[in-house]
Amino acid sequence: MKTAWVLLAIALALVLQTTLARFTVGGHTPVDLVLVAVVYAALVRGPVTGLLAGTVGGLAQDALSGGLVGVGGLAKTLVGFVGGVIGAQFVVAQPLSRFALFFAATVVHGSCFLSVYALIGSRGSVLSFGQVIAQAVGNGIVGVAAFQVAAMLPGLRDRRRARGRFFRR
Amino acid sequence: MLDIRRRTGYLFLAIMIGHVILISAQVPSKSGPKVLEAVVLGAFAEVERVTAAVTRATSTLWGRYVDLRHVREENEALRQQMADLQVRLQEERALSQRAAGLQELLGLKAQVDLPTLAAQVIAGSATPGFQTITIDRGSADGVVSDMAVIGPKGVIGRVIGQPVAHAAQVQLITGRDAAAGAMIERSRASGMVVGGASDPPLALEYVSNLADAREGDLVVTSGIDGIYPKGFPIGLVESAARGPNLYQIVKVRPLVDFSSLETVLVVMTPPSTAASRGPS
Repeated sequence: MKTAWVLLAIALALVLQTTLARFTVGGHTPVDLVLVAVVYAALVRGPVTGLLAGTVGGLAQDALSGGLVGVGGLAKTLVGFVGGVIGAQFVVAQPLSRFALFFAATVVHGSCFLSVYALIGSRGSVLSFGQVIAQAVGNGIVGVAAFQVAAMLPGLRDRRRARGRFFRR
Repeated sequence: MLDIRRRTGYLFLAIMIGHVILISAQVPSKSGPKVLEAVVLGAFAEVERVTAAVTRATSTLWGRYVDLRHVREENEALRQQMADLQVRLQEERALSQRAAGLQELLGLKAQVDLPTLAAQVIAGSATPGFQTITIDRGSADGVVSDMAVIGPKGVIGRVIGQPVAHAAQVQLITGRDAAAGAMIERSRASGMVVGGASDPPLALEYVSNLADAREGDLVVTSGIDGIYPKGFPIGLVESAARGPNLYQIVKVRPLVDFSSLETVLVVMTPPSTAASRGPS
């Protein structure tokens, strides 16, 4: 069931990412929602879920982008695994520490991505380092917001239930 | 039963090695695992079609509301524009008749219209940094790999990968690894337009230092690549400077505004024959 939720979150992130990219074609989308979903899953569920989410999300993204299949998968698997290990070893509960983790994860992901493309001798750069930093800030904000929304959701559900009981009386 | 949680490190290593093998397998041949691409694209195309329809409907509804507020002024402006265009149409018609007469005199073949298929853009690239779009036409509509995709203002890109039934991926001309045979319309100096640059996103390479290239020159497709039909506009020369070797450094600004792509045209002639036909 938990795996299904993670897969659903990644699928949703992919749909949102491609829809968002429609309006920024030719430009640069300052957020990678799939990466945010992977890091979120890794922090909440641990390294195994993180690396599997990274593999699935990365491969799906590669297949939909027209690039080499596996580059995004490799980078996101690495980030998912390391994010999961950090989440299991340290308390990452404050918005600032979460922001820092999402920021660092994006920089590691971007560096890995650029390194692989540089190694295989692809002409032109996929992203500039400035764009990676901009994306890191974007991912950090979206990641922290995702945690805040998720933290509000159980309370919201409880309040609705309580309101329902009140009206039934 | 194997408890994978105790063997996380091994699992991580195995997956990473798997990825490296997958990437290595594609590098020499440039042919990726088609099955994975086709399955993912096929599945997501349907979701994206629905998402695009919802987004378009919302945008149209909002647009109509906003448009209503300026409709009177716009109507007046459009009337004026139409009158101007009618005059221009008359002029163009006269020119066209004159050109047809000259063409006949020279014994040239009549220009053949390219068969095109209109397609809606349903998704952008899933990975930031990649210049690709997904269109709602695929193999069921006769779209095949390497077909040129154009717009009213000029060249947009080409179909890449294997299209699925009702979707295909298009690599934009501005993308990394994208290229097209091109020439400067005024001086007929030929070269190759390549994408992947930052600003402007196109560069015209292999233009000799002796060739005539100036700022503001129109760059059009030359048709030598076998993909893009000859004579379609690509962009305007933004700067041209003498290079250190044999070739000039020519920067090109595309004519197409890639940030507002909604409908595109797929040139339905097979890639090798498309290049020999075109508007010029």
